[in-house]
Amino acid sequence: MFIQQLINGLTLGSIYALFALGYTMVYGVLLMINFAHSEIFMLGAYCGLGMLCVLPMAASGPAMFAVFAAAMFGSGAVAMLVERVAYRPLRHAPRLSPLISAIGISIFLQNLIMLTVGAQSMPYPEKFPIRQFEFWGVTLSTLQIFIFFLAVILMLLLNLFLRKTKMGKAMQATAQNHLVSQLMGINVNTIIALTFFVGGGLGGAAGVLNGLYYGSIKYNMGFFPGIKAFTAAVLGGVGNIKGAMAGGFILGILEVFAAGYLSSEYKDVIAFVVLIVVLIIKPGGLFGEQVTEKI
Amino acid sequence: MKLPISKPYLMSGVLLLLLVWPFLWGGDNAYALYIACLIGIYTILCLGLNITIGYTGLLDLGFMAFYAIGAYTAAILSIHGVSFWLTLPVCVLVGGGVRYLLGLPVLKLRGDYLAIVTLAFGEIVRLVANNTVGLTNGPKGLPRVGEKISEIRLFGWSLNDTIHFYYLILAFVLLAVLVSHRLEHSRLGRAFVAIREDELAAELSGIHVARVKSVAFVISGMFGALAGAIYAHWIGFVSPEMFTFWESVFLVAMIVVGGMGNIGGVVLGVILLVGVPEILRSTLGAKFVDYRMLVFGVVMVAVIIFRPQGLIPSKRRSLELHTPEAE
Repeated sequence: MFIQQLINGLTLGSIYALFALGYTMVYGVLLMINFAHSEIFMLGAYCGLGMLCVLPMAASGPAMFAVFAAAMFGSGAVAMLVERVAYRPLRHAPRLSPLISAIGISIFLQNLIMLTVGAQSMPYPEKFPIRQFEFWGVTLSTLQIFIFFLAVILMLLLNLFLRKTKMGKAMQATAQNHLVSQLMGINVNTIIALTFFVGGGLGGAAGVLNGLYYGSIKYNMGFFPGIKAFTAAVLGGVGNIKGAMAGGFILGILEVFAAGYLSSEYKDVIAFVVLIVVLIIKPGGLFGEQVTEKI
Repeated sequence: MKLPISKPYLMSGVLLLLLVWPFLWGGDNAYALYIACLIGIYTILCLGLNITIGYTGLLDLGFMAFYAIGAYTAAILSIHGVSFWLTLPVCVLVGGGVRYLLGLPVLKLRGDYLAIVTLAFGEIVRLVANNTVGLTNGPKGLPRVGEKISEIRLFGWSLNDTIHFYYLILAFVLLAVLVSHRLEHSRLGRAFVAIREDELAAELSGIHVARVKSVAFVISGMFGALAGAIYAHWIGFVSPEMFTFWESVFLVAMIVVGGMGNIGGVVLGVILLVGVPEILRSTLGAKFVDYRMLVFGVVMVAVIIFRPQGLIPSKRRSLELHTPEAE
């Protein structure tokens, strides 16, 4: 029972962790909560579904690669567009303005999908035969292994990108200080757009994984996972990339254990309670982000 | 904006129009009255939310929680036969009390974190209402089969027609407008605005920021609970899916579009976002309703970018000094 829950928690947690990266990266460079990120996640899932339906021989490695590429590129592009249209004009506005604008975008994207694709939930085709392994009374499916490893690989790639490439370093510099980065010859607007692209892409991949794991997607699927991913980001310290990864896994495990040992009706409440408690007691997150109030 | 007639005349004119409104429709157009009542309820709600968002600058994304608390408290008391006139103050007190307790820890948080925490609280209230079947009858809502929310009795007669509720709601809307107006121009109201503009400067000017924020928070919660209690009696049914996150966002949208911190703007926002779609529904057909939210999303983004003060900016805000290059 315990190990089973741990496995389920790790699977769920890897989806949250990928999803949380988008929140945390955007918060890092712009100090804003990208409320529309949950819709980017949803769009990623729809892009992936579109690709899955179009491809004739989806049960192969390259096909799966194409599905993820489509989802990540699609949702990354939309995230970049959202930044350009709804956030960039508000960069010097009061802090709450971009949040309200993000909510507007979120309503728009949800309803766009609802009206164009449909309000019903859509099944995610199971193109891969999923095998179940059983040992010591624990079931582990190939899908769970796939989700976990894909998430870990993407996170390692992100880490490599941030540390080794020029763009990644520029992103870190921009997160520290816009003005000084600009003086060092970094085009801050490009870097911000890139941040949205990368964060959105990871969110899109999380959307596809979510679709594969639960087997169906819906136009409003982003809301609850969105709050949970945001909670994961807060748990790790918003703006802290490794914190978000750890936060995602912690929250996933916590949720599965709460559902298993306490009550499944209240599993969503657990995430919200964790969010409130962390924000009140340790707003800097478990792994510390120095929260200095700028005056 | 200069009005062609003086303000007291305009106000009396509006009041007169509101009083004879039901008779303009031949006295029995139930649908027109229903919309008017709905606008009234939303006006009370939004005026309450305006105290936190508009005056004090605290973004609340879970305001429906207090509407729900008011509605559920009213429904539960009313089913047990408690009179409306006793239920109402109890609901307001419960709403204000819960709001106070919520405010104790969360008001210390930064603006955007506060928004997320109120969002989470709103969802917690909804999920609790959905799952504590013993008290709230879960997703099936109150009243249960065989129970009934008791009628409101006033001076010997009972209110059971929409037109009765129209006048009841109108009375409470006027009360809410009056309270908002007096509050806005009071010492406390100026303290709210000072906090919105600059918390540190407000603190240094001798405003007890934590206490004043808490007062703003509690008063707005009371408005929400009041609206909920009236709604429960009017419609006679309460269920958890009336209080989703999107409803809370919808309230914020009304305030943003109309004009934050301005009573006239808030009322205009409610009429535009609640009234106009309902009126257009009958002329443009049901298809329009599907596109309603899509349009709202775009309007919200456009307003916040191109007209951040809303359609009717508050007077105090338009008097602010603006350097030309900052605009």
